[in-house]
Amino acid sequence: MYDILIAPFADYVFMRKALIGALAVALGAAPIGAFLILRRMSLTGDAIAHGILPGAAVGYLLAGLSLTAMTFGGLVAGMAVALGAAAVSRRTTQREDASLAAFTLISLAAGVMLVSLRGSNLDLLHFLFGSVLALPDDALILLAAIATVSLLTFAFLFRLLVADALDPAFLRRVAKGSGVVHYVFLALAVLNLVAGFHALGTLMAVGIMILPAAAARFWTRSVGAIVVVAVVIAALSCVTGLLLAFHLDLPPSPTMILCSGVAYLVSLLVGREGSVMTRRRLPAGVPA
Amino acid sequence: MTDAPRIMIRNLALGYGSRPVVEQLDWDVAPGSLTAIIGSNGSGKSTLLRAMAGELRPLAGTMDGLDGSVTSYLPQDSGIDRAFPISVADLAAMGLWRKVGGFVQIGRHWSGEIERALGLVGLAGAARRPIAALSGGQFQRALFARLILEDADLILLDEPFAAVDRDTTADLVGLVRQWAAEGRTVIVALHDLDQVRQHFPQTLRLAGGRATYGSTAQILSVLGPAPVPKVPPGAFRSGTVA
Repeated sequence: MYDILIAPFADYVFMRKALIGALAVALGAAPIGAFLILRRMSLTGDAIAHGILPGAAVGYLLAGLSLTAMTFGGLVAGMAVALGAAAVSRRTTQREDASLAAFTLISLAAGVMLVSLRGSNLDLLHFLFGSVLALPDDALILLAAIATVSLLTFAFLFRLLVADALDPAFLRRVAKGSGVVHYVFLALAVLNLVAGFHALGTLMAVGIMILPAAAARFWTRSVGAIVVVAVVIAALSCVTGLLLAFHLDLPPSPTMILCSGVAYLVSLLVGREGSVMTRRRLPAGVPA
Repeated sequence: MTDAPRIMIRNLALGYGSRPVVEQLDWDVAPGSLTAIIGSNGSGKSTLLRAMAGELRPLAGTMDGLDGSVTSYLPQDSGIDRAFPISVADLAAMGLWRKVGGFVQIGRHWSGEIERALGLVGLAGAARRPIAALSGGQFQRALFARLILEDADLILLDEPFAAVDRDTTADLVGLVRQWAAEGRTVIVALHDLDQVRQHFPQTLRLAGGRATYGSTAQILSVLGPAPVPKVPPGAFRSGTVA
């Protein structure tokens, strides 16, 4: 048992660092994912995650594999996609899901193109799937800092975030200036996706955000509990994924996301709230 | 007990883009009055309520008396996701926002107030239930509990009984009358004229962009002479006048 669960982390520094990085990402990202789902913005999260790719790639073209340049580029591009997709659905007749899909595809193509201009296929894989097993110390500090800022902001704004997700029009009436909460939330989402990009890569970052939160929704009926369960599922997926990757020699980032994918599928089938199983027990037409 | 405002509306024009829906509206609303707004679909009932709630900027004209008072507004469709994981008590407790703010927990000393509000709307035993478990009528009751906790001077309701059963309507109408009896100003957009006749002393009728206002008996008994429809330029050329 020790050999399977503890030894990899005890014996190898790179595994310990990977664990810290992945747990930091899980802590910060899972609560964001819970609110993305409550606000029906899962696709926005996906579009932002992909939007980070060309931004980080521009940073890479200008400064090589520099943490600062890629982080800054990713933040700017992610925020542009977050605000741009909302603006498109406000100013045109096209619904948001279509504009989000468009942004996602353009970002992905542009990002891959930009990285390929200078980098090797190895660099490209690093962008798409992250480098959780080779995180430098400054990257670890960045991920931990983002998780800390994110959790503190969440604790401070929790009731505002819930109210803004439930009934934004009401909140605007009773609390002047509360419109800013939405933008703070988007900024946190971008920050955490940039953190996720460093550890898991642009294709997988949104997975650790959305899948645990989607799974948690099937287990509990209060927002606070969903956030906690989502964090637990995300953290367990990271640990399990890292261990599986280590023992079976699998790529770590997709393995971690697949673990949360399994958690999602199990929750979907046997969860306590509105899962396939609970709905089968109810007579037709009764909302769970 | 409340500071119900005297609202003075002068020469008000409302609309979306530059197309006015309501034009040249002059209307004085007495403090503590209970008024129904009637008119066909598209006559501007919702538009007027939205403007009074501060969600729509007037194209022209003034609305005085709204600034100093606490206004609550229940739109026809609240847009709330009915599957949202929140309890009935927590939804109702949002009504305390102006008093408690968003940065602290709602203290235990409020729980009596919240229970009282839920009791008044007939949801006494449902505080802990998720809103997803409520019927349409029960959900509307929960929103009324939130209105009670808002403790507003001016209460604006847009078709609040449109999608609820008869018992719920009777209970909620009772609350509306109670609010007016407490000295709050209540304005309700409605389409059921029997309801208006039975419960609402004052009526504002919107038709063709123009308004008539008076006692309900007066407005409903006449229901006309219908306000003269605005004749667009060029309408006479064809030789037919509607």
